[in-house]
Amino acid sequence: MRYISIFFQYVAQYMKTRLTYRVDMVIEIMSDLLFQAVNLVFILVVFSHTQFLSGWTRDEIIFIYGFFLVPYAIFGAFFNIWDFNERYIVKGELDRILTRPIHSLFQIILERMELESLFGVITGVAIMFYAGGRLDLTVSWYDPFIFVMMVLGGAAVYAGIFILLACISFWSDSRTSIMPMMYNIGNYGRYPVDIYNNVIRFVLTWILPFAFVGVYPSAYFLGREEWYNYAFLTPFVGIACLSISVVVWNIGVTKYRGAGN
Amino acid sequence: MAKYIEMIRIRFLMMLAYRTNYYSGILIYSINIGAYYFLWGAIYGGSESIEGISVTQMTTYVAVAWMARAFYFNNIDREIAQEIKEGKVAIEFIRPYNYLVMKTMQGLGEGLFRLLFFSVPGMIIVALVFPISFSASIETWGYFAIAIIFSFIINTQINILTGVLTFFLFNNDGLIRAKRVIIDLFSGLLLPISFYPGWAQELMNFLPFQAISYIPSMIFTDGFAGSEATQAILFQIIWALLLIIPIQLFWLFAKKRLVVQGG
Repeated sequence: MRYISIFFQYVAQYMKTRLTYRVDMVIEIMSDLLFQAVNLVFILVVFSHTQFLSGWTRDEIIFIYGFFLVPYAIFGAFFNIWDFNERYIVKGELDRILTRPIHSLFQIILERMELESLFGVITGVAIMFYAGGRLDLTVSWYDPFIFVMMVLGGAAVYAGIFILLACISFWSDSRTSIMPMMYNIGNYGRYPVDIYNNVIRFVLTWILPFAFVGVYPSAYFLGREEWYNYAFLTPFVGIACLSISVVVWNIGVTKYRGAGN
Repeated sequence: MAKYIEMIRIRFLMMLAYRTNYYSGILIYSINIGAYYFLWGAIYGGSESIEGISVTQMTTYVAVAWMARAFYFNNIDREIAQEIKEGKVAIEFIRPYNYLVMKTMQGLGEGLFRLLFFSVPGMIIVALVFPISFSASIETWGYFAIAIIFSFIINTQINILTGVLTFFLFNNDGLIRAKRVIIDLFSGLLLPISFYPGWAQELMNFLPFQAISYIPSMIFTDGFAGSEATQAILFQIIWALLLIIPIQLFWLFAKKRLVVQGG
């Protein structure tokens, strides 16, 4: 209960700071939209030259992309821990975090949220409706619930992987570029996994399960029954990733020694 | 002139001190190239060539486009914006050099470093993993060398323009991000311009962006040869000259309305 109230207080504070530079905020939201449009343009242009991508049609690929945007937006809004090492370990900011009376990870999430990313949810859903309409997909009464579960699962996969990477800093405070690399690998999950070779497909499913953010859950909504087993694993993979990462985080925090004086 | 060359050298040495960061960078770019390699493989499916570009040419295009990006890419837009925000730019005004030229030279030092320690080894590694064809003709390499110099110039000019706009917007992180996205899309980094529908190609002919990535990459893959290549380079030269005008204008206006925020 206290966590929820703290959360909303931080949200209110965040809105105030962001609204100081309104023009910039609008431009930032626009640039997010633009970024999402770029990938859409890529898909559209590519499909003006080909009919199928390993048996997937244009609208299916667009649908997968639309779905991907939703968990990704949630991840982007609340898990900005890509600069955890620099910001909290090297600069010693974690000392301050540890004196706060709430869980350290939660405190960092609060401080680093970027709520404007949530616009991606709207874009994503809009894209899904556009593609779904063209594919004549029907929506059952239980689909919205499954959708929410799949989205949370996907966001948890992303969050889990990035929290785990941030945890590396507890043991080694040298700078690494693993984080940006992981963003790039995450993009692999936007496309059907069957375009890749077996090794990459295995990695995307079981080691860095980015396929559970885009293609697998989408396969359920697209009625691709051959992928249903994977689709329904999504929430479980999400829970697993997030739980492992929180456990590792809790162990890691005890190893934190602080940098400098 | 000597002082500007010194700036290139210092930036180069500064980058050299942090070179280990770049080994992982090569990996990041390789992953990107790998993703597009598989994607393009699937897009081509059975077909031999799309818009006159074969699969191997496409792989080469993607590889060289990313590796050339390491050379022309720089963060001077961010740096300029930061220095304007912090008010440091006021000090820069009284120093005995042209601030914008100085920034360009720092960018060049960074670019040269990345060309030597990133692009060249990166290209060799990528060529070992993916099927990439290198042109045998010395002419192609010559044209390519000229073309990437101009992609650096034009990209830097656009960066300076974005950075100087901070004088008017005060906080332009959003604009900087938007600019980066636009350049990724319209410069031909993600897709060759010839893949776009006709009307879009027409439109892009009136914009400077394709000079940044599309032209050098097409020259490298032998997509442009002979007169096409010279015309493409002419296009770059014209834009490099045209972009000086708004930069100078903005700079003159901007100097008059410097507001130091805080400090």
